[in-house]
Amino acid sequence: MKNSQRNNHAVKIDASGIYYRDLNAQLRELASNGTRKIELRNVFGQRYIGTNLNKPVEIDIFGTPGNDLGAFMDGPRLAVHGNAQDGCGNTMNNGEIIVHGHAGDIIGLSARGGKIFIRDSIGYRGGIHMKEYQAKKPVLVIGGTAQDFLGEYMAGGVLVLLGLNGCQFHKARFIGTGMHGGVIYLRGSIESHQLGKEVGTADLAEGDWQILKKIIAEFAAHFDYDADEILNHKFIKLFPLWLRPYGRIYTG
Amino acid sequence: MKTYLPPKFLVTRDLAKCIRCEVCVNQCSFDNHYYDADDDEMKSRSENCVGCHRCVTFCPTGALTVRRNPLEYRENYNWRPEFIEDIIKQAESGGILLTGMGNDKGQRIYWDHLVLNASQVTNPSIDPLREPMELTTYLGRKPDRVTLGPDLNLEAELAPQVRLEVPIMFTAISYGAVSLNVHESLARAATEAGTLWNTGEGGLHPKLYKYGRNTIVQVASGRFGVHPDYLDVARVVEIKIGQGAKPGIGGHLPGEKVSAEVSSTRMIPQGTDALSPAPQHDIYSIEDLAQLIYALKEATHYTKPVSVKIAAVHNSAAIASGMVRAGADIIVLDGLRGATGAAPKIIRDNVGIPIELALASVDSRLRHEGIRSRASIVISGGIRNSGDVAKAIALGADAVNIGTAALVALGCRLCQQCHTGKCAWGICTSDLFLTKRVNPDIGARRLVNLLRGWSLELKEMLGGMGINAIESLRGNRLHLRGVGLTDTELDILGVRMAGS
Repeated sequence: MKNSQRNNHAVKIDASGIYYRDLNAQLRELASNGTRKIELRNVFGQRYIGTNLNKPVEIDIFGTPGNDLGAFMDGPRLAVHGNAQDGCGNTMNNGEIIVHGHAGDIIGLSARGGKIFIRDSIGYRGGIHMKEYQAKKPVLVIGGTAQDFLGEYMAGGVLVLLGLNGCQFHKARFIGTGMHGGVIYLRGSIESHQLGKEVGTADLAEGDWQILKKIIAEFAAHFDYDADEILNHKFIKLFPLWLRPYGRIYTG
Repeated sequence: MKTYLPPKFLVTRDLAKCIRCEVCVNQCSFDNHYYDADDDEMKSRSENCVGCHRCVTFCPTGALTVRRNPLEYRENYNWRPEFIEDIIKQAESGGILLTGMGNDKGQRIYWDHLVLNASQVTNPSIDPLREPMELTTYLGRKPDRVTLGPDLNLEAELAPQVRLEVPIMFTAISYGAVSLNVHESLARAATEAGTLWNTGEGGLHPKLYKYGRNTIVQVASGRFGVHPDYLDVARVVEIKIGQGAKPGIGGHLPGEKVSAEVSSTRMIPQGTDALSPAPQHDIYSIEDLAQLIYALKEATHYTKPVSVKIAAVHNSAAIASGMVRAGADIIVLDGLRGATGAAPKIIRDNVGIPIELALASVDSRLRHEGIRSRASIVISGGIRNSGDVAKAIALGADAVNIGTAALVALGCRLCQQCHTGKCAWGICTSDLFLTKRVNPDIGARRLVNLLRGWSLELKEMLGGMGINAIESLRGNRLHLRGVGLTDTELDILGVRMAGS
């Protein structure tokens, strides 16, 4: 709300009853005409909002956007004032997605850049196969908890699981299965049987805290949390034991 | 551990012809030849020979011969040498046996049991040397019916179409599996011949963006190198679900092949394994497939056809129906003999169905359901010559993809060592010493020549049948007859027995 009230120039669209294809065509046109702020009201399951948009536009979404929110997105900032569904940030290249609520399965699938902040919890296979290359490093922060296969095949980037709203005993299993890059910071506790066999655990080093502090500061600012309160807690770091987890199972 | 594996080939050298120039030493990437200074003689380590003929081709005096090792086992139809040798390899390594190229086993090749028709007396054949002959093919969704306006303009809204001058495209082969010079050869040849080449799932090198109009870009489970520019530059975007050489399983490009250049297009750090998961984790159903198809259509503003590639498996016909209904504009079927840069041998040789049967059943199913016009069908997996192309089109394909045939044009001898990354012909490797063996100027020329030869042959076959456009052959199974096939096979192929 704050964003939209502060900005008097936001283009407002009442999305009720608009077919997703028409809505997205409208967004593309606005973005390429130089519009920098858009406010979508009454969003009701329209898919692909922000997909492949490559302009620095800010879109405030009220209601419930559909699947693949911000897929292949390259630069915009999407704020969802409600819950997001599956595939949010799918293969995203750059930009930000901020969800003031829960989100569904495969959040940030194969993301290669940008930041995703989810205030509450997410479903299965969050952050799987995120990857990084040089300066491009995706960040996915989950305020609540996540379901099984979090960070599966992870090849790069930073995944943070905070366990706020009382979910500090994470129940997810197969966390980081097949992980061969990147890092997961986990607030709270986890049993070793919940982790993929390719994953090691460690306490955070000074460098880790520096990365985490920056990320948590952003998260706290988005959702009105006290960053110090979040950080003043036990964190563990999950990392890949090998860069090539399957290097030894083949023969010529 | 001492290996019990006998040499596969014997390399013999005619010492009267050998001039000890060491070309063979430099050409062999499998460490076979060496110069013995004590004896002042070139020698061979036959156990390293893979039978790729690189040394034979480049020996300036023709001194070298490669023969199959005549080592005989006691006759045993069940325990053939291949099975014995595979067990030896696994007993010594404990791993999954990897191999390259396509299935080399004896499952029936239906192309060899299909014959084409020709005109005699009752309708005239056409001489393509003197009369126009049309191979032009349009890929993409066609409207359900054609309605013309008052000015004879097309009233139906036409989905994006891709025009091919010849119904033969280069199949998906990723950069990383093959070298950049091979990609460039394919891209340039496709551009010159008016057809398409396919990046595979390893991204597109910036140097090749200028060939975008003739490029299919792939979006596979690893999503390597998929970013907005990649989608923008392409002519067609292809979702890869599976491939004929390894249906149902993912891929691992080993870290050794992820060089600095390969890492830049895959957009992963150098030296790490590039893991392609078995499924795409955003696709667990036809509805999910529709979601990704339309995500890509949204991302490309509905300006490009979206293709979906699957391996030919038992229920391909039902899956293909779902793919078309999910919005695929092109469906690609890759059969049992489809090749690969690396796959478990046991999968390559045992999983999937022959492409001829898959094509016939998919085409029949889509016709039966009245949705055949909604998508083009492209097939691949073992197309060896223009005869196979003509038969595929008569069975119902809009176009075919060639992979192995294109690589053979560049020098490949099917030694099946792609997975080792040591390809002596410089094709399936990222070793810079080897990759320069493919010169893109020459590579593109060889590929264009191949397509030209096949095009001329296709026109000859069409003319012989008395038709002057490939469109008249498409799905026209009356032009085919079966030889040596059972009733069930003929029924699935939708083809009558020769003589009937």
